[in-house]
Amino acid sequence: MRWLNQVAQITLINLRNVPQRMGTSLVVVIGIAGVVGVLVSVLAMAEGFRHTLASTGRPNRVILLRAGSDAEMSSGIGRDQIPLIASLPAIARDASDRPLASAELVVMVDLPRRGQTDPNNVPFRGIQPSALSIRDEVRIVNGRPFARGVREVIVGRKAAQQFEGLEVGSRIAFRDSDWQVVGIFTSGGDVHESEIWADVEVAQSAFRRLGFQSVTATLADGSDAGLAALEASVKRDRRFSLAILREPAYYAKQAGVLSRLISVLGYTVAAFMAVGATFGALNCMYSAIASRQVEIATLRAIGFGGAPVVVSVMIEALVLALLGGAVGGTLAYVYCDGATLSTLNFNTFSQVAFDFRVTPRLLAQGFVWALLIGAVGGLLPAVQAARLPVTVALRTS
Amino acid sequence: MKYLPLLWAGLFRKKTRTLLTLASIVIAFLLFGLLQAVQAAFEAGADAADAKRLLTISRYSFIELLPIAHLKQIERVPGVVGVSYAEWFGAKYQNESNAFPVFAVDPERYLAMYPEFTIAPAQREAFARTRTGAVAGVRLVERFGWKIGQTLPISSEIHPKTDGDLNWQFDLVGVLDAEDPAVRGNTDIVLINVAYFDEARQNNRGKTGWYVERVADSSQAKAISEAIDERFANSPDETRTQPEKEFAVGFAKQIGDIGALVTRILIAVFFTILILTGNTLAQSIRERIPELAILKTLGFSDGKVTALVVAEAVLMLVLGGAIGMAAATALLPVVNGGTGGRFPPLFVGAETWMWALVLALFVALAVGLPPAWRARRLRIVDALAGHR
Repeated sequence: MRWLNQVAQITLINLRNVPQRMGTSLVVVIGIAGVVGVLVSVLAMAEGFRHTLASTGRPNRVILLRAGSDAEMSSGIGRDQIPLIASLPAIARDASDRPLASAELVVMVDLPRRGQTDPNNVPFRGIQPSALSIRDEVRIVNGRPFARGVREVIVGRKAAQQFEGLEVGSRIAFRDSDWQVVGIFTSGGDVHESEIWADVEVAQSAFRRLGFQSVTATLADGSDAGLAALEASVKRDRRFSLAILREPAYYAKQAGVLSRLISVLGYTVAAFMAVGATFGALNCMYSAIASRQVEIATLRAIGFGGAPVVVSVMIEALVLALLGGAVGGTLAYVYCDGATLSTLNFNTFSQVAFDFRVTPRLLAQGFVWALLIGAVGGLLPAVQAARLPVTVALRTS
Repeated sequence: MKYLPLLWAGLFRKKTRTLLTLASIVIAFLLFGLLQAVQAAFEAGADAADAKRLLTISRYSFIELLPIAHLKQIERVPGVVGVSYAEWFGAKYQNESNAFPVFAVDPERYLAMYPEFTIAPAQREAFARTRTGAVAGVRLVERFGWKIGQTLPISSEIHPKTDGDLNWQFDLVGVLDAEDPAVRGNTDIVLINVAYFDEARQNNRGKTGWYVERVADSSQAKAISEAIDERFANSPDETRTQPEKEFAVGFAKQIGDIGALVTRILIAVFFTILILTGNTLAQSIRERIPELAILKTLGFSDGKVTALVVAEAVLMLVLGGAIGMAAATALLPVVNGGTGGRFPPLFVGAETWMWALVLALFVALAVGLPPAWRARRLRIVDALAGHR
């Protein structure tokens, strides 16, 4: 009890005269805020990208590609295969007994970012009518769905934000064809919001394609058994050479390279900065103690123990670190959270737009880093303060 | 120079403090070197671009193909002195998609187009002669331990052979290298002979992905690009031709503004360092006010005292900066080894060293001038009396 009392007394004295040492204390706070701010914002970028791809698709849906292809762009499925696939019993049917399978064509179209002129690879997806019942997360938020058989498109919300000329009512020209934008859709912030959708038959004739790239379908039975049944029926039929993946598995794989790259960048930079900030914190705590040398020695002379001195200095360092963590986290949250960025996904060579996500987990991680820096930065000076012989400390002024 | 010992003594008056501050500066410049190297890698395509090379792709998208028949027409465009073409193979190696790019090319034409790539003459000849031949970049050869003469089993995700099989086999007959480290990353490719590839594939025979042209006069690059596109205007296969550099810059922009991201991180780093160093320096000057007064008493002019304080900041920043940049230079080969050649080679260029020096001087002035000003205005009597 007595010991705790001592700790509390000294800590209070320390914290109360922090304002007198404003300069040095601020340096600790700013140094740590810098580390936490950079760490959280770069990881928020990786997290946002990963989240966009991970939230795409439902586990009860599958995507069928040509065997050996890892992405839609490199896949190809012949027209003759489509009715065969759609009629497989493992694929679900809607109320009027139509199969819930959509054969799709994906091409890239060149569009400039807003206010720029350089072309970007924006995915253009031709879909069959069933696609909207299969992907029931899709909502038209502005305008209307495209009509069948005409050159009309609906545009994902993020694509409309990022690229030039995708407002409802505007016309876009691709390869000797003019398309009218008739609607904007959302799909829960997933990767499809970066795409442009049209009737697949119209898209095929405009882009002079005969086949399809993929089939997206709902499983009649979403369990592993249902998937196994589909796989078995495809394997049995020698006309097929297809790879079948659950949608979440397929899209998670597309996130691989880029999210890893961003995370590595974030951790590397933050780690170096953390080392730098630790040196800064050490410096400041040493000078804080140097300026209070007589005071500490006096306390010890009148009977305060060494341990309470150590603990009190540590507490001061940790309080400053927490403050820095809070400032850094807040800055990252204010400046980054929700900011939209579009980049080229190396797995698909197409543009993906995503929002930075400053999650509670990332903020917590930021605080852990802040406390670690504070702890290391406070410990050595604290021990030094406690160990300095009282007589020596009192004599120097 | 004769003041160096004095500066040194001033700096190391409090050893721990100076060493800690120096360490943070070293870290800041280490990060500067590393991040600039990453940024340079993203811009390497544009830097290594040859001003006399043009690139032609389909007007609508890079995934659309162009007929090989365009070749003869492009050759006839005035100002064009060489044409080569390539097709994207879509390689999958050891079950990894796009483990490295594979281009199907006409060996003679393609290698003539890229004189910065070096290859032994005998290997070059073998590549032209061998229908199933392939040449690979030196970093790929090292990464996968390939040997000349061996068979390369590479699958295509896009091109089935006439029998529908996606698994292809090529004979490795040569190794590509480049003398310039900035160009070496561009040799991270495998080239295969289009003569065999085009005959053996099921679809899209007689088509190619893109053309590369060489022009005699780089100042005409823009005009010749337009002339090429004009030739195919209103045909079923319209083209978009750009100087290589423009194309590379456009591609880098697709990735997004990496430069802006790196700059923002560096601003955060250096703002922190500025505060840290500035505080330490101000503190150190405060403690030495009586000493400075003595210097003035001994006859040092105001200007000299000011210069001494600024010089101390400069010495600290330049020393820390040099150590940091040297550390980055030493560290990057390790990083390059660690990525296993999956990322372009990173290195600290001469330009980065120059920027580091500019940055060090700038920070030194920013942190050195305020205390220097204070030292300049110091009145000897007050200072010696202990009034601050």
